[in-house]
Amino acid sequence: MSALFSPFISKPDTVSAIMLRVLLALLPGIALYVWHFGPAILVSIALASLTALGTEALMLRLRNRPVRHFLGDNSALLTGWLLALSIPPLAPWWLVVVGTAFAIAIAKHLYGGLGNNPFNPAMIGYAVLIISFPAQMTHWLTPHGLGPVEFGFLDQLKYMFAGALPPNVTLDAVTMATPLDTLKTRLHLDEPVRQILEMPIYGRLAGQGSEMVSLGFLLGGLYLLAARIITWHIPVAFLGTLFAAAGIFHLADPTHYAAPLFHWFSGAAMLGAFFILTDPVTGPTTNKGKLIFAAGAGLLTYLIRAFGSFPDGMAFATLLMNICVPLIVLYTQPAVFGKKDKRP
Amino acid sequence: MRTLYQFHGGIHPPGNKEQSTQCGIARAPLPSKLVIPFRQHAGAAAKPVVRVGDHVLKGQLIGMPDGFISSAVHASTSGTITAIAAQPIAHPSGLPDLCATLIPDGREEWIPHAATDYRNSDPTELRRQLRMSGVVGLGGAVFPSDIKLRPGNRKIDTLILNGAECEPYITCDDMLMRERAAEIVQGAEMLRFMLEGGEVLIGIEDNKPQAIAAMRQAVAESGFSFDVVAVPTIYPGGSAKQLIRVLTGLEVPSGKLPTDIGVQCFNVATCYGAYRALAHGEPVLSRIVTITGNVRRAQNFEVLLGTPVRDLVALVEALPDTDRYLMGGPMMGLPLSSTDIPLVKASNCIIAASDRLFPPAPPALPCIRCMRCAEACPADLQPMDLFWFSQSKEFDKAQQFSLFDCIECGACSYVCPSHIPLVQYFQFAKSEIRAREHDQQAADHARERHEFREYRFEREKQEKAEKLAAREQAAKQVPAASANPADAMQQKIQAAIARAREQAAASQPKNTDHLTAQQQAEIAEIEARRAHIHELAKSADEPPDDHGESHS
Repeated sequence: MSALFSPFISKPDTVSAIMLRVLLALLPGIALYVWHFGPAILVSIALASLTALGTEALMLRLRNRPVRHFLGDNSALLTGWLLALSIPPLAPWWLVVVGTAFAIAIAKHLYGGLGNNPFNPAMIGYAVLIISFPAQMTHWLTPHGLGPVEFGFLDQLKYMFAGALPPNVTLDAVTMATPLDTLKTRLHLDEPVRQILEMPIYGRLAGQGSEMVSLGFLLGGLYLLAARIITWHIPVAFLGTLFAAAGIFHLADPTHYAAPLFHWFSGAAMLGAFFILTDPVTGPTTNKGKLIFAAGAGLLTYLIRAFGSFPDGMAFATLLMNICVPLIVLYTQPAVFGKKDKRP
Repeated sequence: MRTLYQFHGGIHPPGNKEQSTQCGIARAPLPSKLVIPFRQHAGAAAKPVVRVGDHVLKGQLIGMPDGFISSAVHASTSGTITAIAAQPIAHPSGLPDLCATLIPDGREEWIPHAATDYRNSDPTELRRQLRMSGVVGLGGAVFPSDIKLRPGNRKIDTLILNGAECEPYITCDDMLMRERAAEIVQGAEMLRFMLEGGEVLIGIEDNKPQAIAAMRQAVAESGFSFDVVAVPTIYPGGSAKQLIRVLTGLEVPSGKLPTDIGVQCFNVATCYGAYRALAHGEPVLSRIVTITGNVRRAQNFEVLLGTPVRDLVALVEALPDTDRYLMGGPMMGLPLSSTDIPLVKASNCIIAASDRLFPPAPPALPCIRCMRCAEACPADLQPMDLFWFSQSKEFDKAQQFSLFDCIECGACSYVCPSHIPLVQYFQFAKSEIRAREHDQQAADHARERHEFREYRFEREKQEKAEKLAAREQAAKQVPAASANPADAMQQKIQAAIARAREQAAASQPKNTDHLTAQQQAEIAEIEARRAHIHELAKSADEPPDDHGESHS
């Protein structure tokens, strides 16, 4: 059908293409993940993708929406990937399935589907899992070369799907607490930061292996900036605030508080700065609002990491700031052309 | 080098202007029939002053301006008026409008006309002449130029000629500037004279180097100190308020006119029209039209007003897959319901279109609030919020978020990755709000009349009661004084005089004397409301917000 209204031309840009480029931007991080921790993460991503598409199709059908039209927008796939990247790759298969299904069905479609969900679906999925299955959410793989035994891909698959470990191998031998988690527990034991960071699981900046994955996400994020899919406001405000908060505490008391760069390259900070907080649907729609939103998330992430009971604060910081979005947007409306003083 | 300013947003759609600038302006042949609408301008339609069967000369007045905002309409050539009836025209509503059908006699016989020595004329007389010559904004807004030249409450410091022509495909102003720069410059001086001075800036987008060079040369030869300024090519840089911002750094305040900040803006083609009207006494009978798109040879033509689109597209050989025609550019143009539609003063471009040229947009997806629309909006609006409010019919919210500052340029729709027809949502919301305001005013008016009627009944009842009481009083006094017959007679006479006085008083319009406090309060309230309505009516009569030459 030909258009009845102007404009009759449009930029050849689609939601589907934008989401696809975000997926592509995740690839450097994923590649480094596989390099350092083995291909188990790919299985998680595949499981999350299948679950995301299946749940999306089911929900679209239940809601009487055109399935094919919406399934191609790649948004469900992105939710699945982000969730898979947020949870331990060695977690049992059903963990990622439950999390993804919850994210798509409850956090996205029950709120009206694409464009209408107030909370980041992947982070809702993560929050549900960490609260409901805290034990399984600690099955983080030990990077190559650090564990007492080499845990092959087939062994990983066997454990994910059947829960079976090779003879003479305990779970503790192939998994470990995350660098952030280790730091937190050891600090409780009154060990100084410098001594903790000398442990073999730590690399140059943060966790051995995981720091490289963060670097991969940073690279992908820079691509998103260059491709104008995201603007600088959220990553800069988030990383800046995280850096400043960590820097102040570190300068005041370096034995108890890790350096800012450690926080940048630990946990989900880089993934969050470029891929999670930048979700347009659940973020603010004004540039000033983006700065406030991301600065708030940066501060909350640091406070949860340093003083909260969870090792990483990215998911809760995101969700807490999602709540504030309507208020932030209302108070950061830009001045309209010819109206210098504008307050709706 | 002049300091230029920027406005927020804007887009860079492919220009597609080269196709129609390969050859110069050609004169379109005389068509076999002209259909001349009586409303080719903003405001009230002109009143027909010819009858069916009349023979008219080229340039003869056939429609008299009717009302403050109106303009004259003329016979584009000599011939016979064969019909005065409603015919299809280019309008979003698709409704027909009153047109005169003129069958040319082929002689192109002019009505006598003469030049005006504008420097020795009264500006009021010059404005009247422009109005009677049908000079209106030829950039597309077709607002009567004489009104824009009236002295306002503020002196005009800057006269801006709009030669930006930011819409893709359209090149009529470009070609006009290349070929008739000297006339445009002379016209600009006439407009400057009527506005009583000020600097003159001629803004042309930098994708038209030849037009810029031609205008610069014409200015140099004229000896006037006009400034031809190359402005960056960005859509909608040719929108009056945006161009004013780029050239002067000033923002026309929301709801105000450029004249309120000492600026007035005319399209270059309007200047040319004013020049022809004053220097040659020729009314606006033709305009330059770009005919382009899905055609073999795109070109600009000088076309008589009233020429059916069909005759024009025949000149450029539309390609076989052409299935529709647009009037205007691809950003703000209007699809034509048929090729019988006549060309009017607002028609700057006809585009032959096909699915190959303008591929249909994929079906819309929900808004993902990606902010691309807000980044593109030249009015600094938040289109995604306005879309949300328009869609959910929260019109008061939409108004609060400055819906009426939207200039409907289409930049938001152009960049939307969900392909939401945003401009249509905003047009819908605006028309709904206008309709509701109209209904509200009508309801207020009806209630006022009802209240006054109630008040009148009440007042008449009270007057009757007072009269009755007075009569009873008089009747009681009569028997007491009847002892002396002469006195009684005298008293009767006195009573009659009193009654007559009373009647005379009652018949005089002194209804508002001796009222209760409540009645007086009611009257005051009604008066206040009436004054308010008068205010509203007055503000509705005033020229609309944007009578600039928008989006050329």
